[in-house]
Amino acid sequence: MSILAVKQHLLRIILLPFLCLISACNTDNDESLSNHSIVYCSEGSPESFNPQTVTSGTTIDATSNQIYNRLISFRGDKNTIAPSLAKSWHTTRDGKMITFYLRKDVAFHTTNYFTPTRFFNADDVLFSFNRILIPEHPFHQVSGGKYPFFQSVSFSNVVKSIEKINDYTIRFKFKYADSSILANIASDFSVILSKEYADSLVKKNIKREIDTLPIGTGPFKLKKYRPGAYIRYATHQQYWDKPSTLEQLIFDITPSNTGRLTKLLAGECDVIAFPIAHEKINSKPELELEAVTSFNVGYLGFNTLKPPFDNVKVRQAVALAVNKQAIIDTVYQSKADMAHSLLPATSWAYNKSTLPQTYDVSEAKRLMTEAGFPNGFTMNLWALPVQRAYNPDAVTTAKLIQADLKKIGISVLIESSLDMGSFLEQLSKGEHQSVLLGWSADHPDPDNFFTPLLSCSSAESGNNRTFWCNEDFDDLIQQALQTTNVTQRKEFYSQALTLISQEVPLIPIAHSKRFQARNDSVKGELLSPFGGIDFSKVSKN
Amino acid sequence: MLTFTLRRLNLFIFTIFLLTLLSFSLSFLFPGEQLINISGQINATPEQLIILAEQYQSHNNIFQQYFTYVNHLFSGDLGISMASQLSISSEIISVLPATIELTLVALFIAMVLGIPVGFLAAINHRKATDNIILSISMIGYSIPVFWLGLLAILIFSIQLGWLPSAGRISLLFEIEHVTGIQFIDILISESPYKWQAFMDASAHIFLPACVIALAPATIFVRLARTAMMDVLDSQYIRAAKSKGLSFSQIIYHHAIRNAMVHVIRDVGLQFANLVTIAMVTEVIFSWPGIGRWLIESIFQRDHTAILGGLLALSSFIFIVHIITDFIYAALNPLARDSRHGT
Repeated sequence: MSILAVKQHLLRIILLPFLCLISACNTDNDESLSNHSIVYCSEGSPESFNPQTVTSGTTIDATSNQIYNRLISFRGDKNTIAPSLAKSWHTTRDGKMITFYLRKDVAFHTTNYFTPTRFFNADDVLFSFNRILIPEHPFHQVSGGKYPFFQSVSFSNVVKSIEKINDYTIRFKFKYADSSILANIASDFSVILSKEYADSLVKKNIKREIDTLPIGTGPFKLKKYRPGAYIRYATHQQYWDKPSTLEQLIFDITPSNTGRLTKLLAGECDVIAFPIAHEKINSKPELELEAVTSFNVGYLGFNTLKPPFDNVKVRQAVALAVNKQAIIDTVYQSKADMAHSLLPATSWAYNKSTLPQTYDVSEAKRLMTEAGFPNGFTMNLWALPVQRAYNPDAVTTAKLIQADLKKIGISVLIESSLDMGSFLEQLSKGEHQSVLLGWSADHPDPDNFFTPLLSCSSAESGNNRTFWCNEDFDDLIQQALQTTNVTQRKEFYSQALTLISQEVPLIPIAHSKRFQARNDSVKGELLSPFGGIDFSKVSKN
Repeated sequence: MLTFTLRRLNLFIFTIFLLTLLSFSLSFLFPGEQLINISGQINATPEQLIILAEQYQSHNNIFQQYFTYVNHLFSGDLGISMASQLSISSEIISVLPATIELTLVALFIAMVLGIPVGFLAAINHRKATDNIILSISMIGYSIPVFWLGLLAILIFSIQLGWLPSAGRISLLFEIEHVTGIQFIDILISESPYKWQAFMDASAHIFLPACVIALAPATIFVRLARTAMMDVLDSQYIRAAKSKGLSFSQIIYHHAIRNAMVHVIRDVGLQFANLVTIAMVTEVIFSWPGIGRWLIESIFQRDHTAILGGLLALSSFIFIVHIITDFIYAALNPLARDSRHGT
């Protein structure tokens, strides 16, 4: 062998293992496991596996639509209420009683920690709601006894009792009519647990496992959870609705947003939550960026008890002088829809004919003169000190408004030095003249935007930061709650919206969007404008 | 060979003694109570503290305290982690195999790549090939590992999308933790997707292992080059040449084996360097090994975990060192009689 041959031989020895490795990495076959699995890179670990006990979006994403079902659920673009575990329901004319007729043959999850012996029935519904309602219930205090969503809608004040009529019929009785109650029962928080599983835990004296090792009726069952690392779900093959075509669903917990982006680009995740670098994602043909407008609103509110904002003309003038488009471009970086009314356009009660507020400086000046302030005045504007989905940067928003209002002679002093706790406390005392704040809805019922934000009762409690109390408006939203006829309700709400745009207790600025990015091999709906992600209708090819 | 083994055993015991002495003193030097630093019981009630003091003989003199500590260590009790409140030994058992796997693969790549290239350079001594190899290895040695790691992710994961950027294996595959060495676990698992899992694990280990291997590989290039040049210069090669053996016969039958012996001796020394590089790389590639675990513990001021992790990691390096010594001695009978420890 010559020197040259030796050299070539040595080179071959060096390169051989690498060639083998690289060529082997590219052998793909159709029966690959990844064709039957979805990896979702989520932003954090869930606190619990029971959505009844939490409000955090991360937990809702991981649990509500994956592990559980509700009696009824929201469907379609307009989020109308549709059957789920209850195949039908009947509301009495006075709205004080609802009877649910339950689906039969609904199987709970069979896992290595629990094997159900019976199908879902009325006992499970009774158990799930009584756990929340009755403080003496054996499971009420498990996991701390806090049910924040149900407390916020004063569920226990509305519900008088829940009765089992027979195994597949259950009746809710209410103290007074409240048409948002169905929306509450359909929300992501009102999931149905297994009573049989709870009983078996009582026997073993490990009650708290009900919230850590969940059993539900949903499309996926929990297989393994490692906090801070991953959640592994297997498909629930006996799912009453169409079982998922996937074999498994994995939540890869990746808190860093650059980490999630890298995993998406490298193909390690099929779907990622809250993506950054939207241009980069859009530039890749195999990736899709999607957005839904969330059920929230960022607004500029006036303290209608304090001059000069007790004068409706001044409020109207300010509304005309604020350039919302500039705020959306700068503060939200176009990741939001301009708000034309308090309600987002995806709500069923949204009415296109409600007058949108326009940007018109000369009209604003005219109104200022009419109101008796031809030379303007000085006002303070309180800016929310923290970042929120509905307003990512309130201070910058305030600065833009400051510049806008200068054009009609108003000089604005921005107040943003408080911490969140004292900020909210002083707001409820009404120490501000105007404020930048927002609201995220818990469920799509339109009432969730009206009563908490602008009713007289919440003005008394201080939650209504505008302290605007209008009897006509209160009548309208009360009437809307007492009827279940959707057309009538819509009419009441559209009158209420018109009243708001005439009286201007607040100026809605933007409805921000929730973003998500996915590989185009993942098909099917994932996001809805409110509540958590839903993998039940997703497939992969 | 017996004396050689005894001598190595002696060295091992002495080193372990020094290591435990160091970690024992560190438990005093770290901020906070020594008893808590050593046991990790941050939430202990006063009653539990009394029991702990009893267990660690805190009231006795320092020598007895030290011996109790060593006793605890040898019974596998390294305390519990201040951050997670799990036993340190179980945490180490779950993370150390990942590091062993990664460093061994990296070492293999470094050797397979570095040694033949070094031989190639020696054969072409003072020629263009030699110069090119030397310059490239100099550049390779100078590249900081954290920069190289990020660059590798940027090119191979993000731009080209060839290789994954994080973790040991895709979460798709459910492999039970038996030995901790992923490849063995995959092979003994009963998953129908065994082969896919194996390929996936190989793809995951490739990038971090190459990043770790680069610096040691350049060192191996230079070691192998020097060793080969020495051998080629020696009397017996000259004798072989004069006997009329062909060049390839000389290289394959005489030079490589004798040059290898010298390279192997330094592998153990390079291993400590390799583990240090691996610690940084584990953080970049989210590799669930002891390096990442230790760095996280440092961030969380988890003193008990730092003590336990240091002990485990240095014992591991030392054991590898001794193993390479044995291999060296097996290959080179001269070394067995050398009077000094290497």
